[in-house]
Amino acid sequence: MRIVTDPGSQSWYEASARQRVAGLVDEGSFAEFLGPAERAMSPHLPLFDLPRAFDDGIVVGRAQLDGRPVLVASQEGRFMGGAFGEIHGAKLVGLLRAAIETKPAAVLILFDTGGVRLQEANAGETAIAETMRAIADARAAGIPVIGLIGGRAGCYGGGGLIAGTCSRLAVSESGRISVSGPEVIETNKGAEEFDSRDRALVWRTMGGKHRRLTGGADAYCADTVAAFREAAIRLIGAAPAFDLAMLEAEQSRLEARVKRFGDCRDATEIWARLGVNDPDAVPAMTDAAFAETVANVTEASHDAR
Amino acid sequence: MTDWRSEKTARDARIAAGRAHAQGKVVRAEAVVDLLEAVLKPGDRVCLEGDNQKQADCLARGLAACDPAKIHDLHMVQSGIVLPEHLDVFETGIAKQLDYSYSGPQGSRIAKMLYGGQIELGAVHTYLELFARYFVDLTPNVALIAGVSADREGNLYTGPNTEDTPTVVEATAFKNGVVIAQVNEIVDKVPRVDIPGDRIDFVIEADKPFYVEPLFTRDPAAMTETQILIAMMAIKGIYAEYGVRRLNHGIGFGTAAIELLLPTYAEKLGLKGKIATHWALNPHPTLIPAIESGWVKQVHCFGSEVGMDRYIRERSDVFFTGADGSLRSNRAFCQTAGLYACDMFIGATLQIDLAGHSSTVTQNRVAGFGGAPNMGSDPHGRRHPSETWMKAGHEAEVVGDPALMRGRKLVVQLVETFGDKLVPTFVEKLDALELAKKTGLELAPVMIYGDDVTHIVTEEGIANLLLCRNADEREQAIRGVAGYTEVGRGRDRAMVQRLRERGVIRRPEDLGIEPLDADRSLLAAKSIKDLVHWSGGLYEPPARFRNW
Amino acid sequence: METLHFRHSTKKPAAGSKPMAVIGVVASGNLEILLERVLPPDACEVAIETPIGGFGDVWEAVVADFVARAQPGGLRISINDGGARPDTVSLRLAQGARLMEA
Repeated sequence: MRIVTDPGSQSWYEASARQRVAGLVDEGSFAEFLGPAERAMSPHLPLFDLPRAFDDGIVVGRAQLDGRPVLVASQEGRFMGGAFGEIHGAKLVGLLRAAIETKPAAVLILFDTGGVRLQEANAGETAIAETMRAIADARAAGIPVIGLIGGRAGCYGGGGLIAGTCSRLAVSESGRISVSGPEVIETNKGAEEFDSRDRALVWRTMGGKHRRLTGGADAYCADTVAAFREAAIRLIGAAPAFDLAMLEAEQSRLEARVKRFGDCRDATEIWARLGVNDPDAVPAMTDAAFAETVANVTEASHDAR
Repeated sequence: MTDWRSEKTARDARIAAGRAHAQGKVVRAEAVVDLLEAVLKPGDRVCLEGDNQKQADCLARGLAACDPAKIHDLHMVQSGIVLPEHLDVFETGIAKQLDYSYSGPQGSRIAKMLYGGQIELGAVHTYLELFARYFVDLTPNVALIAGVSADREGNLYTGPNTEDTPTVVEATAFKNGVVIAQVNEIVDKVPRVDIPGDRIDFVIEADKPFYVEPLFTRDPAAMTETQILIAMMAIKGIYAEYGVRRLNHGIGFGTAAIELLLPTYAEKLGLKGKIATHWALNPHPTLIPAIESGWVKQVHCFGSEVGMDRYIRERSDVFFTGADGSLRSNRAFCQTAGLYACDMFIGATLQIDLAGHSSTVTQNRVAGFGGAPNMGSDPHGRRHPSETWMKAGHEAEVVGDPALMRGRKLVVQLVETFGDKLVPTFVEKLDALELAKKTGLELAPVMIYGDDVTHIVTEEGIANLLLCRNADEREQAIRGVAGYTEVGRGRDRAMVQRLRERGVIRRPEDLGIEPLDADRSLLAAKSIKDLVHWSGGLYEPPARFRNW
Repeated sequence: METLHFRHSTKKPAAGSKPMAVIGVVASGNLEILLERVLPPDACEVAIETPIGGFGDVWEAVVADFVARAQPGGLRISINDGGARPDTVSLRLAQGARLMEA
């Protein structure tokens, strides 16, 4: 007997990079580039006596989403924390560059990364810069780039920077978005400033609910593959233009945000200023209750990250 | 002329000495050391309440701070060696002898001190056994206990973690002993009276609330596919096979996985109402989905669990609660329930030998066993029949008149063939034997004896030891599920194949279990947050388990 | 890194006709298995890369049991190991063989 569970109800957080892609796009439509059988693996990791992955921790390819062509990249957060290495980064950059030629309806990036892979840091850092440039080019060519964030590694380091250049982001409660991770902040600023072991603090500072409330993410979804699919379809249709006027508006809004919340000592203070009635209740809210809260916060519907 | 009341006189003198540091029964936290030095005498038998969860930590710190010139050579009789102070007193000479049951977090230090001769060990008991000896030959002279609150008369509210307290107090107070309780607060009226005030001699308002450890919280996020596979086998090959309704679960990840598969996998097998309805169990958070899905009729608890109080309060159809609404646990009663009223014990261990003997003692850790040896044993004497018990009895070899056959309790060991760091679970010889030799113990610290074990479940399969007819078969049945450990690879393959044909060994494919189903998507909850959602927000997990 | 190679001949070809499958992830205590239907139907090859040396005999036993049980004729099986326990390897191999049946 095979106990079949509905793939749509599958947890995004739990799913592998491949399972996420398979459930996200139209059934059976995904065609992988540089799949595992081609063994495009890291040339660097064996020097460190570290195991490699057949796909270097990222699955890229083309598919249909709601009947329209898309390009998809999906990071595997469990392989080296989803970190960017040389091959990993090159696959993402290549995919984005291909978008400019093939003009898909969107590029979807399924982030699940701690940032740059320490063992191949130069190549990884370069890949981050190249990815941001490629995203800018794709967006300038009119192709929306949508980031989906809800994996176990979150979206940190260079991943956080890349997310900041996307057209739209969807996040789930488990998803965390930041540049410096909790441990990095604690190491540099001390545990009094940020106690990385205080899980609730980490989540209310970097987690999906906070990012959605402050407009850092444009959609908040339940932790299911089906919910991310629905969000991706919706966000493609609502991608902003990529021009000087939009960038200037974005800049001034970010400045206003610093002015308005710069003196807050905790995310709950920000939420209170945003007009959330009971900020302390936010972390425990169900997805449905949170959706109602978001609907009443105007800040949430902006482009700034 | 014989003085038949000398103990009473001595007790009165101790209490009089203690009153000098008290107002009525109430003692300030700063006066703890003075009080203890006044009440205790060298060589006293002392129970310093260290339960599985609740710790009389203020009194433990006080005892450790006593002057060893005044207070020395105590004989500690307590179920749990949990706090550092529980062992500090042996280093300073305040205490000399020890009889205990469980020493989880202090397991390695206790091993070192045993080797070093700093502790004169009486025995490592089961809970029930130590409690029993409180009433026979290990009755405490002084009991140092913990509760949530007390009034000035000494009426004590233990809170949900009643645990050992009633037993300790019963033995001490009614045999001329002195009972000193630490409480988090002194109140005008306690929410409910767990211990009547006339059994409590002194009450101390502790400097901080007593320490409670969330011992039974297993984060579903850490559950592996191997554990899920084992859980599926146990459900299909044992729970369903024997129709096990009344049971006790250990506290490992394997049994927690079973709890999380009840509303999913077991539900799909149509087992709801047919298995796992009545429990002797701590309030495991991982049981919440099964409770919420209507699987569980009732649960009696040894103690409580951090964060479960509100949930239990709102589910009084399932749990035992007091007039105040909060959980009433009782370790002695629940252990008895586990021993006599349950048809199955299922739990994990660290080592199993070729005869099925098991122990959690390794050369560097003497963790003690707690309740497992009682619940993980067939009580042998007369017992009421049940279908499960009778079926197990039928499978065991019948000697003598079949009309006089009795049943068997199912004692199931649920283990992965390798533990942490690739340490094999299956061994030729238990470390416990080596430890007994080195420390001169008369009785090796075996947790569950091989002749009590009925089944061993690993990721490789189920070995039904009831169906083994001699020592050879038993050894090969065990080797046959021992995977790629040396014990497993040393199997007689032909004999293992024959045992499999007889159903003594059953593999996942023999049970119709699909390897692709061994997936985390089968868990009713995949995270602590899922458990909170299942509970409708009533479960309040400790901060360290949160990731939201 | 230690590299291991095992060759077996099988009595039967692997069930199904799927040309390729991949299962598992290279992570601590886990592994990734790539199965490709590229060999003659009575041959099976298994190549392993593992960061943990000295367990060649255990790998050999795990692979031999799997081949005897699953009869994966025609499959080239490549493993990137992240330090998985033998039971995890067995389970993954069984899952991989099932995926190839689709």
